[in-house]
Amino acid sequence: MNKQLKRWNPWWTLTDLLTMVERNITGYRRVPQLLIFSTIQPVMFLLLFTYVFGGAIRTGGSSSYINYLLPGILAQSAVFGAIQTGVGLTVDLSRGLIDRFRSLPMARSAVLLGRTIADMLRNVFVILLMLLVGYLIGFRLEGTISDAVSAIAILLLFGFAFSWVSACIGMVVKNTETAQVAGFIWVFPLVFASAVFVPVESMPDWLQHFAKWNPVTITVNVVRALLLDSSSAQDTATYAWEALAWIAVILIVFMPLAIWLYRKSE
Amino acid sequence: MAASAIAVQNIQKSYGNVHALRGIDLEVEKGTILGLLGPNGAGKTTLVRILTTLLQPSGGSAWVESFNVVKDAAYVRQLIGLAGQYAAVDENLTGRENLIMVGKLYHQTLREAAARAHELLVQFGLEDAADRRLKTYSGGMRRRLDLAASLVNKPPVLFLDEPTTGLDPGSRLALWKIIRDLVRDGTTVLLTTQYMEEADHLADRIIVIDKGKIVGSGTPAELKRMVGGDVLEIHLVDPSRTADAAIALRSLENGAIEIDAEQGILRMPVEDGTGTLPKAIRALDISHIAIVDLSLRRPTLDEAFLKLTGHRADMM
Repeated sequence: MNKQLKRWNPWWTLTDLLTMVERNITGYRRVPQLLIFSTIQPVMFLLLFTYVFGGAIRTGGSSSYINYLLPGILAQSAVFGAIQTGVGLTVDLSRGLIDRFRSLPMARSAVLLGRTIADMLRNVFVILLMLLVGYLIGFRLEGTISDAVSAIAILLLFGFAFSWVSACIGMVVKNTETAQVAGFIWVFPLVFASAVFVPVESMPDWLQHFAKWNPVTITVNVVRALLLDSSSAQDTATYAWEALAWIAVILIVFMPLAIWLYRKSE
Repeated sequence: MAASAIAVQNIQKSYGNVHALRGIDLEVEKGTILGLLGPNGAGKTTLVRILTTLLQPSGGSAWVESFNVVKDAAYVRQLIGLAGQYAAVDENLTGRENLIMVGKLYHQTLREAAARAHELLVQFGLEDAADRRLKTYSGGMRRRLDLAASLVNKPPVLFLDEPTTGLDPGSRLALWKIIRDLVRDGTTVLLTTQYMEEADHLADRIIVIDKGKIVGSGTPAELKRMVGGDVLEIHLVDPSRTADAAIALRSLENGAIEIDAEQGILRMPVEDGTGTLPKAIRALDISHIAIVDLSLRRPTLDEAFLKLTGHRADMM
């Protein structure tokens, strides 16, 4: 049999990526449970903290607690959503799909990037939905629309960065249930020992050190500043740089690590 | 080497102290089926993963259509199809979408991919289910779609890793027919299986592999002949006397006697069936061992395997 062998065309890196993004998005569209589960949890936290705990929490600001809480909940949804990246990869691994992809003459980067980008697009939906639910129970935007767009962009990048952490965990543990449990183990301390629900100043000293530099807190700081117009322009800019620095560090460490784990996954 | 579709020279694979493959050599001629037979853990899947570029060998070299599987992996991937024991298909997509996705990843145009997908769906009898999601497919249908996906790029060399494991007999027969049709049209197939029957039925040549080494090879007929011709099967009245019977028959055996103490059955490879038959009856009679039934059979590949490895294929 004669076959025409194709030389690698750099353009294919992009077309392979689009094929993989399309595939993952189709999955999310067809299995709405995945979307519902990734939004129902933050919604529950939102309701729980607004109506049950909120009354007892002093945030020290002039805003209502729901205004304080919602930016935090948005960051929390981005991190919780990232767990799904690793879980999705383990499903592909256990079904043999990753083997199929690795046996195809496609771009090596497309599988992981296709998954993390699809998860970022899913986060667009989750964030907009959370803003809507927040609005219904009393959240009011105090900053400008363009600041809100910047806040959403930072949240998306933040979720994207954590998707790579989650991808590494998925490639290491390989088992879907384990990836799910492992996800919550690293996510919980990050989300709860942070400024998502309460001001960091209300925590004991030793915990404040962690909470203050926790990437979730840093991200919540900038999102809060942008959505609530609660800080000076200079502070907001500082928060933004700190958040972007964290995102860059996470990506620099975990993106190559995930790709390396994928390449050598046997 | 030019004539062989697959050539493997001293391929080894170790994980620390665990040696999955201990130096495998083989060649597969174009347009033939090689059956790789062995129990779970023998190293069959490891070899397939190396040949399909999923795994780097620890030593040795291998070529597919004269391309080195390590150095020319990008070309090898254009020449092979892989279908495995897991139907590697996307549950959330339809059958057609799965095939089109694979076509696009082979960098076919959308038109080419769609046309090829349609062709395969017709060929595999999946037309009616083409636009249904995989979730609604039966096990046999998934496996057929998985095989179809491995054929999207019309690969000259096809690797099938236990393609019928877990399938019902009907689906298995259907898959066998598809595989034979592919080979008739010129495809080279390397197939791993735990089923003797499958290797017997499909393979032109069989390589028996156990604990990472080749322990025997030949055509199905040659392997059966290696067992030493016929097998004498003796069914005892009293199952507790199987050990006594084995001792009584010791001088007549030509290979290990297989004993089923629970059922009271002995299977004994013998050189000359008709000559041994009366001797066996006499030997048992002298030891006062009563028999229910005694028969002479042509050997099966199971027995060839037992002879080559010292244990049955379904053990481990």
